[in-house]
Amino acid sequence: MTTLKLDQVSKLYPSTTRGGGLTPALRKVSFELKPGEVISMIGESGSGKTTIGRILLRLTKPTSGTVTFDGRDIASYSGRGLKDYYQQVQGVFPDPFSSYNPVYRADRVFDLVRSSYFPQVSDKEWSAKIEAALDAVALNPGDVLGKYPHQLSGGQQQRLLIARALLLDVKVLIADEVISMLDASTRVDVLNLLVKLKRQGLAILFITHDLSLGNYVSDRTIILRHGAIVEMGATGKIFGNPQHDYTKMLLTAVPELHKKWQHAPFDPDLVSANGATAAMGSPNGKAATALAHASMLDEITHGEQVVKRDLRAVFGGGRAVASGKSQVAVALEPPALHEFEPDHLVAEPE
Amino acid sequence: MSVSVEKLSVAYRSRRGDVTAVDNVSFSLADGEIMGLAGESGSGKSTLGNALVYLDARMKTTGGKVAVDGRELPISDNNAMRHRRMTEVSLVPQYAMSALTPTRKIGKLISDLLKSHHVKDKDAVYTELSRRLALIGLKEDVLGKYSFELSGGMRQRVTIIMSTLLNPSLLVADEVTSALDVSTQRAVGEMLVEFRDRGYIKSAITITHDLSILAQIADSIAIMYAGRLAERAPTSVLVDSPLHPYTQALLASLPAVGVRHDQVTLTGIPGRPPSLANPPSGCRFRERCPFAFAKCTETPPFEEIKPGHLVACWKVSQEQAETAATAPGLPLKEQV
Repeated sequence: MTTLKLDQVSKLYPSTTRGGGLTPALRKVSFELKPGEVISMIGESGSGKTTIGRILLRLTKPTSGTVTFDGRDIASYSGRGLKDYYQQVQGVFPDPFSSYNPVYRADRVFDLVRSSYFPQVSDKEWSAKIEAALDAVALNPGDVLGKYPHQLSGGQQQRLLIARALLLDVKVLIADEVISMLDASTRVDVLNLLVKLKRQGLAILFITHDLSLGNYVSDRTIILRHGAIVEMGATGKIFGNPQHDYTKMLLTAVPELHKKWQHAPFDPDLVSANGATAAMGSPNGKAATALAHASMLDEITHGEQVVKRDLRAVFGGGRAVASGKSQVAVALEPPALHEFEPDHLVAEPE
Repeated sequence: MSVSVEKLSVAYRSRRGDVTAVDNVSFSLADGEIMGLAGESGSGKSTLGNALVYLDARMKTTGGKVAVDGRELPISDNNAMRHRRMTEVSLVPQYAMSALTPTRKIGKLISDLLKSHHVKDKDAVYTELSRRLALIGLKEDVLGKYSFELSGGMRQRVTIIMSTLLNPSLLVADEVTSALDVSTQRAVGEMLVEFRDRGYIKSAITITHDLSILAQIADSIAIMYAGRLAERAPTSVLVDSPLHPYTQALLASLPAVGVRHDQVTLTGIPGRPPSLANPPSGCRFRERCPFAFAKCTETPPFEEIKPGHLVACWKVSQEQAETAATAPGLPLKEQV
């Protein structure tokens, strides 16, 4: 079984804002991606969802923890082995427009796959393969082959990239915000395509910030916040009966067509970063306005600062490098997960 | 009526002739109205919004009139427009998150803005500024920060504060919520409504491809397709009983929260919008429309089917005529 497994994966980035320090992008994240399964990885910006995708594709090295594919640590791959890995695990990224070199025709992405993976394949066989891949993503070869990127719509470009991944007979697809750049009408086609591929046995990590889209395609859902898993389990259970306050807050903020945003449950206290104290509160009676909700944003930023400060305390100032592994471990400790019901894990409030 | 747009056409100059991105569009906004403008990419929604505030070198108007608060807006005269921007019409540009220069502090950007608009009573504006910052939950120290020190949502809110600082009658907000997380999206959307409620802006046009956001904040929604308006109605009417086949298809392609692929298979709209360089005659949605019939080769009028509900579709006009004949006064409702 080609299972991709993350075990206690953490990642620290040097902070880019003034003051320096290290920002934890991932805090001991563990989960498994099995064949024929779609996992939605849902989180807001800065939650570490893209970092997970990058680590799985070996574009970023985890600070600690391991990723195994078929039981083998992916960090151990090199040369031939790495090439084989990429034949089975591929990614598609959020912005199709910048994934192509505008100087070349768009189907050059196919040629590059051929020259590095299938040099022996005959022209005839290769074009049959391309046609099959294009067919799988519901593109008409005549419409897209030989065209330059600017002659293709965003939806076509994105589907072309998925077709490229399919050429390699991938087992795992890391789909990072693949539809956020697309129009509503073409978005659904890409989603339905992912569902179709999953039925053929492909494992898909669907990284998104859009809860309704994540819910639509996935079997299991992981909610990330500040680099840690806050809720994980069967999609129906998480959306049907969310347990963590953060998940609940996210769900109330989702704009729905036939339901107006409710004001009552949107309490900044719910999402206060350190749980016990609602630091922002409602001074000066400003909370009477709808905009008091906006203060929630600062609350989240504040939370990040707390984490950063803790780290600085551990490392002594902003310039220290992660040296003592045990100290990193303390600062990185994510909230503990407990089982709420079978296949539904919920984190303690942080 | 704070804004009226009459038969406005805007074209892009190109080597192969003009491309009419906005074709004969008319609508009006009441005082205090937030209108949502939605459509696929390339439908001309951003062009329409931008044209009301700033025509760049590639664009030109090929007809039509715009008036704000009863005064005509000289949209094709860049110099005359300079005095009307920020005070009468204002724009929150697309990608507003990256609209702020990283080399100046926010406070400096604001003082530049006041200087270039010859604001006399600066103190009054600064008092107002601190009130508004407090209102949306930003601390005043953002003025001493560079844009890259702020989070995306904070940057978006700073941009809106700057665009609305001189209380424009019309604010055009282009994709202000698109690049944001759901919770930030909500805060920014509610901020627009609050600014309207407090009279900082008289009316607004919110441009987005996300209908569900519009359902939350807009009073009315206009749907644009291939450079023309397809449907315009009060928000609840448009969301609950859309009449134009395009609007219906667009709404059907949105997954609701809680809908899963094994329960409901959503469908996209087959085909692509026509090229605006050489648009087909008649109804432009004809090619993709499941209900197209002979009459659709003629351009349908954008006509009022019910008070406040305008649709450009022959099928709807026809049915409306029939319903009116058989059962007068009965509301017209249909589902796909």
